[in-house]
Formats: sequence, structure tokens, C-alpha cells
Amino acid sequence: MTAQLLELLSHPLGQMIAALAAIMAFMAVNGMALQYAERKVAGFIQRRPGPYEVGPHGLLQPFADAGKLISKQLVAPLGADRLLFWLAPLVSVAPVVVCFLPIPFSPLLTGMNINLGLLLILAFSGLNTLALCLAGWGSNNKYSLLGAARAVSQSVAYEIPLLLSVLAVAFQVGSLDLAAIAASQTQGVLSWNVLVQPLAFIIFFISGIAETNRAPFDLPEAESELTAGFHTEYSGMCFGIFFLAEYSYMVVVCAVATALFLGGWDGPVFPGPWWFLAKTFALIFAMMWFRWTFPRVRFDQLLNVCWKWLIPLGLANLVATAAIVKWVQ
Amino acid sequence: MSMKRLFQTIKGLWSLLVGLKVTGGELIKPWLTVHYPRQEVENLSSYRGHIELVPAVGDPLTPRCIMCWKCVEICPSRCISLRMHTPGEAAGAGSTDGGLFLAPDVKSPYSTHLSPPPDKIERILDSYHLNYSLCSLCGLCVQSCPADAIRFSRNAYLVGTSRQSFELDLLARLRNQATPGQPPAGRS
Repeated sequence: MTAQLLELLSHPLGQMIAALAAIMAFMAVNGMALQYAERKVAGFIQRRPGPYEVGPHGLLQPFADAGKLISKQLVAPLGADRLLFWLAPLVSVAPVVVCFLPIPFSPLLTGMNINLGLLLILAFSGLNTLALCLAGWGSNNKYSLLGAARAVSQSVAYEIPLLLSVLAVAFQVGSLDLAAIAASQTQGVLSWNVLVQPLAFIIFFISGIAETNRAPFDLPEAESELTAGFHTEYSGMCFGIFFLAEYSYMVVVCAVATALFLGGWDGPVFPGPWWFLAKTFALIFAMMWFRWTFPRVRFDQLLNVCWKWLIPLGLANLVATAAIVKWVQ
Repeated sequence: MSMKRLFQTIKGLWSLLVGLKVTGGELIKPWLTVHYPRQEVENLSSYRGHIELVPAVGDPLTPRCIMCWKCVEICPSRCISLRMHTPGEAAGAGSTDGGLFLAPDVKSPYSTHLSPPPDKIERILDSYHLNYSLCSLCGLCVQSCPADAIRFSRNAYLVGTSRQSFELDLLARLRNQATPGQPPAGRS
């Protein structure tokens, strides 16, 4: 039985299915844990305890929230495009599962070993924009539509600097395989790309925050202007799925940043996957820290930052990297 | 012009770091408050709760009160009322007022600025009531007490659901506190 199972797992398809199942379990736990962490970080920054009543130190609060979301009635607004309305959360959450596949938690612990892993993540994470667009259009609600329009223009704008910064690293290493890129930085902290390409890291992280619609770039769901933006009309678990997708995208962005810039699984004493997760969640903590520090930018400011600063800087960085790589060769 | 803009941008980026420092500092600062229902403040030495009776030296069941009525008379809110009897009388027979508690001056025989009984006969305190809903915590009763028989309690967690729950029987409270095992009248 065990031998058969191992044989099944050694097949790429079996490995992929096992990885997908593990990823979905991870996503659910991760959503609850990050929601709790986010509220605790918010609370501590604002000098209050955060969730405290359900369970010791509020530890059971995510379960209570999950139970509430699951048990709520799902309502579609009058005049909504029902197909698109119900499709949108699924389109939002399905690609993110695929995005986890090529992430190298360690040389062995990788869902799918492909040499275009980076491209796969970039391609599938772009689908989230489509989901937000469908949600905004299908809801028959002006706030949702405005949120969707913002999401699309923001994502289109910020995908460019994101790609430029990723390309600089890809040029330098000569690969689009995340595992290969991470493996090229395993000679200690000084070999990490964050020191070789600091500008690319900063551009990647800012663009990543904008791509995941996190504050201070959370214009698609700006509470004070758009109620809740694209998910205004979603109740219960449909909102929960959007929420889960958002937090999973955060993990994907931070995991890619870890593999690209922070040496992946590189680290002393503890096994590689722990280092990978620690770096990923440290970046997520930074994202939360930003959210509870910086006020939301205006839309023109958002696009100005992208077009006038990040893209020129990213281009200059890319050109310089290409020139240096060529010169070294 | 462009140099000025560059300088402004660098200044703006620096301000972002300053903001992160502020929130990060708040994040790791130690707590100064406690989670009330689970923890309670321990340092209540300077807290002025409602007044309480001070027990006599060596006898925790008996108040130090000499029943001079000064606290009753000086109280601007008229929230203190007490009853006493002498050893010859039955309890409650001497200075019964038996009536309206909320306005002690109306029924109490000693509240209309009569001087306290001049003789030195022994008096026994029957009851010492405080209507805390009227009290303004001015402390005149504590100041004027010649026997130091009243002090501020440290009952910081006094709560009630009705006005009646703030009509405190301080004598019973004293005895409850002196007798271990019995449920206290109020936490302190």
C-alpha cells in the first residue's frame, strides 16, 4: 500500500495532485491565521489588544468568523448577472492554487518542477484582475463597478514594474525557474539578491503590495469611498473566498519575493522550508505593518508613483543589469 | 526644478520610514493597562472609593466610630445616616428613624445640627448607611471624623444594576470583611 502510494507520488501528476491538496489545506489555515495576525498587528499598533474574547487571547476568533461566514445566506442582488456574479469568487481563488505549485519551499518540497515557474505565477496571478472585473460587473452596483475599474487600471499599471524587477533577477541568474534562482543564492546572506538588486527588490515589493490590493494601495476596496469596492454585494462565504484569495496572493507575492531576493530556503541550523516560511511571513508582517501605518493614496498619486517612478527606475535597473551581465560575459 | 522634486521625493520616502518607526514603536511598547475582567489593577493605594468604617484596634468586628454624628452633619450631599442605641436600650429603640433612607436629615433626630449627646455613656452602633449614589467623594466626612473612623475604601470595581445597589450598609461590610469565609459585600 505504502509502496503503491509512493509510486503514485513519484509520478509528476500524482505529485501535483498531492501538492494541490496540500496547498488548499495550507490556504485555508493560512487565511485564518493571517486574519488573526492582521487583527492582532492592527490592535497592537493602535494600542489595543485585538481579538481577545473567543478562546485564550482570541485564538478561536478565526474559527468563529469562519463558522459565521459559512453559515450566512448567499444573496445575489436584483438585476445582477448571476453567472458572472457567482463565477467571480471562484475565478479569484482557483488560479492562486496554481500559483503555489512552482514555489520552491526547499529543493525537494516543490509542487511542480518546471523551468518556467516564474512565468506561470505571473500569468495566473493576472487572472485575479479578471475575477475582480467580473465581480464588479456582475454585481449591478456602482461601487462594485468603480472598484473593478480601479482594480483593472491598478493591476495593469503595476504589472509592468513588477515584471521589470523580476526580469532583472532573471537576467542576472539566467533562469525563470524559481528553484534555480533560489539555489543561486545559497552562499550566505551576501549572495542574496536583495543586496545585489536592492532597487529591484523595492520595486517588486511595492508593486506586489499594489497587485494584492493591500493598503496603502487598496483603492479597489476603499472602504471610505466605495463601501467595500468590488465585493460590496458579496455575503457569507463568497466574501470569504475573496478574502482567502487575497491572503493567499499575499503569501504568493511574499514567497516569490523570498525565492527571488531573500535566498529562498537558505539559512543556518533549521531545515530549509522553515527558513522559507519565516522569510515569507516576515514580508507579510511588513505588509501588515505598512497597512496600519500609511494612509491610502489617491488614485492619481497611485498611478504617478507607478508611471513616473517605478517604471523608469525599473527600466534603468533592467538596462544596467543587462549591460553588466553582458560585460561580465 | 527636477532637483527640487528629487529632494522632495527623498524627503517623502524618509517620512514613510519615520511613520514606520512610530507604528513599530507602538507595536513593541509594553502594556500599561490590564485586561479588566481577567486582571485587576493592583496599585490602588491612591484610589478614593466610597467611604468605609475603620475597625477598632484589636477588634475587627467593631467600628472605631464614636457616633458623634459629625460626618452626618458635615456631609453636603446628606448621604450618610446612622443609628445607635445605648446599652440600656434594645437595639434600634434609642434613635429610631425607621423611615426614608434617601433623605436622612428628615427623619434622623440628630441631623438638624443638634449637638451630639453630651454624656459619655457607651453607645452601640446599629447601622451605618451610605447612599453612594448621592456621594460626591468630597472627603469632608473623612476629614472631620475625630476618631479617624472613616477612610476611603479601595473598592474600585463597584458595579450595580439599580440605585438600591449603591445604598451601602458599611457596618455589614466591615463585619463581612472581618469574617473570613463569608461572601464580602463588595470587592475591595
